[in-house]
Amino acid sequence: MDYTLREWVGLARIHGSIAEAAVAVQARENGVSPEQVRETMCHHLHCMQEAVANGIEENVRSVTGLTGGQAAKLLARLNGGSSLCGGLLGKAETYALATAECNACMGKIVAAPTAGACGILPGAILAMMEEKGVTEAAAVEAMFVAAAVGQSIATQASISGAEGGCQAECGTGAAMAAAALAYLEGGSAQQSADAAAFALMNLLGLVCDPVGGLVEVPCVYRNVGSSGVAFTAADMALAGICCPIEPDEVILAMKEVGDAMPPSLRETGEGGCAACESICARLRM
Amino acid sequence: MDLFDLIGPVMIGPSSSHTAGAARIGLTARMLLGEKIVRAEIGLHGSFAKTYHGHGTDRAIVGGLLGMPVDDERLRESLQIAREWGLTYSFYIINIRGAHPNTVRVTITGESGAVLTMEAASVGGGNIEVHRLDGLQVNFTGKENTMIIRHVDIPGAIANVTGVLARQGLNIANMQGYRREAGGDAMIVIELDGLPDDTTVESIRALPCVQGVTFMKRRSDL
Repeated sequence: MDYTLREWVGLARIHGSIAEAAVAVQARENGVSPEQVRETMCHHLHCMQEAVANGIEENVRSVTGLTGGQAAKLLARLNGGSSLCGGLLGKAETYALATAECNACMGKIVAAPTAGACGILPGAILAMMEEKGVTEAAAVEAMFVAAAVGQSIATQASISGAEGGCQAECGTGAAMAAAALAYLEGGSAQQSADAAAFALMNLLGLVCDPVGGLVEVPCVYRNVGSSGVAFTAADMALAGICCPIEPDEVILAMKEVGDAMPPSLRETGEGGCAACESICARLRM
Repeated sequence: MDLFDLIGPVMIGPSSSHTAGAARIGLTARMLLGEKIVRAEIGLHGSFAKTYHGHGTDRAIVGGLLGMPVDDERLRESLQIAREWGLTYSFYIINIRGAHPNTVRVTITGESGAVLTMEAASVGGGNIEVHRLDGLQVNFTGKENTMIIRHVDIPGAIANVTGVLARQGLNIANMQGYRREAGGDAMIVIELDGLPDDTTVESIRALPCVQGVTFMKRRSDL
């Protein structure tokens, strides 16, 4: 039951949408009803809401003390009306950071596709619910679109930073969110695929360089930046801009780039940000 | 690939491989022993050895050994809970030649005195692979309904076991056999589509060639 983006778009023609196709495929695979898989996804959505609520607290701190309490600052700026990104994207970024910080502080989160990139999708979905009036039922459908995109990437490339760098984690998270956003705005299956490709294209080459090997710096900030990429990618696709490269080929390009990355930039905590003395010194204290 | 592997699992952070996978390794060892654990020696290899503290890998493994699933909030305080529940644990750094970077070797003792040694790797996204069980090389994930049968390597041993399953109408999805030497200790790992009832497990346990049976239900992330 592994499908490429092109195949998901094909299935959408039969089932009505990528969401419907993904629900049908998952129900068949688990031997349960479509309602049951929707219920499970809805449970995941509620867990995402709880993670945001926990991560947005001012006083949360990670074991190392490197991260925590920063989403509260973004929220204060947003609530003060001075966010440069505005209500929708500003909220998505705030919630992405809250989720990523909840994760860094050993809170309960939903991997999407991994724990390191767990903020991007919930940030986008929950902001759309609050700012655009998206219903819970529609949000659940959008999450199936995101999961389908994630599957295409996982099976054709990788979703592991150790294998493919951060482009495989935050890149995939942004692609999943972009496809979900396009779906929520009434875009076609092809527009969701194009949005995913645009997002991945924009994060191609992003390395995985966690300070101390920990899911904190720069991971939590990349969840914020990747949220912006997801929204701009969805906007391009919804505007009718077609991805000039076959979306699945962008995934294969991501794999090729990941394979070419030196091990020091693939989650070993040796290169990039992880090699910066100013923060390494703080970690040793 | 399961779509809930892309949006999921619901887990305690910060790392699907170093926290969720680590908890699953502990929980799998607990299920394989089949009883309360009183002592655990935990060897950390590779990346696990280097970053276990910041990722809460130690708390996750101990929490799993105590029976906590990956989304259990108590994982954070598991080291303290272990003391309250009478589990003595110790960690050591180990270098296992050729092993996956996120590998753990646990030696656990149950309240009855039973001992189990397991080597498992956290292979990404919270998924795990068990690579060694009581010295025998194996390969299973615990994602499916898994039955582990320890037996003596004699002709017909496997046929006897599968015969019981066939009579109960249980379909085998996957099966692997392992042995140390001809005629010696051996193990079959069977992944089943359905759930065996207690009678089935007892019937297999009663077979003369069988030394022990453990059954682990399909991981219930759904």
